[in-house]
Amino acid sequence: MVNQGRYDRNLSTISHEEQALLARSHVAVIGLGGLGGGVCEMLARTGVGTLTLVDGDIFDTTNLNRQLLSREENIGGSKARAAKERIFAVNSTIQINALQAYADETNFYGMIQGADVVVDCLDTIDTRFLLQESAQRAGLPIVSGAIAGVCGQVTVIFPQDSGYELIYGKKKQAHSPGVETQTGNISYCALFIASLQASECIKVLLKRGDILRNKLLIADLWSNSFEVMDLL
Amino acid sequence: MIQIDLKLFVTLAKYLPAGGQAHEIKEETSVNDLIKDLGIPPDIVKLIFINGKKKDGNYCIQHKDRVGMFPPVGGG
Repeated sequence: MVNQGRYDRNLSTISHEEQALLARSHVAVIGLGGLGGGVCEMLARTGVGTLTLVDGDIFDTTNLNRQLLSREENIGGSKARAAKERIFAVNSTIQINALQAYADETNFYGMIQGADVVVDCLDTIDTRFLLQESAQRAGLPIVSGAIAGVCGQVTVIFPQDSGYELIYGKKKQAHSPGVETQTGNISYCALFIASLQASECIKVLLKRGDILRNKLLIADLWSNSFEVMDLL
Repeated sequence: MIQIDLKLFVTLAKYLPAGGQAHEIKEETSVNDLIKDLGIPPDIVKLIFINGKKKDGNYCIQHKDRVGMFPPVGGG
């Protein structure tokens, strides 16, 4: 048991009661690439007690530039398995449900059912709409992040909110994929946005702080622009 | 003429005029007019923000407005 002292450095910022609440919490991280690899590690280190980690993909060499879970020796291996191994190595006291599966309209609901929060780390816009439909059905909030190049965005969507329609327009008119197919993605931007997602997730779980509900935080690391925009 | 603060994000940044963010436009210019004047293909502008609030392309830009445009971003 290595929990003695594990959260000592949390406890000036997060109370004992809040830390205990996190230990009882369950977060589903959907997508374990540039965003999800960072999000799941930060949630595990902060002390979220149960993590469902979902990705059907395997690593290839193009992931090495930014995806924390990818290593030279696990190219060709499952992202979900790598996430489980990494999170267990970091915090063996938490419950990990790793699912190697691509999410679609038939299985999203089952994947997220029982969680308290869903973190959207997906990489296509149309799949994000599908996730929102399932999260609304399950009554769960979504913490969403998206990146392109060195720019990114974060928002929080509660079940009764319009959510992605406010950002991408009507589902049928939404571009998928977005401009990241032209820009690629850079590691420090992925982890910057992942950090903001982890922060929003903890705030939603603790019902504390200002949450980006109906707001979109936009970051451009070339110009050091960090703006919170009102979507309504 | 009126002055605006123009921010174009991600792939839209290449359409920023030579003068940079401080940009002069004619009065009574809508965001749709501005998109056309800058030569931006309209279908790649997904979000328009004026002074930190989401607006549509019909908004008539005012002096000293902060105008931001964002393309669809979906990477993970």
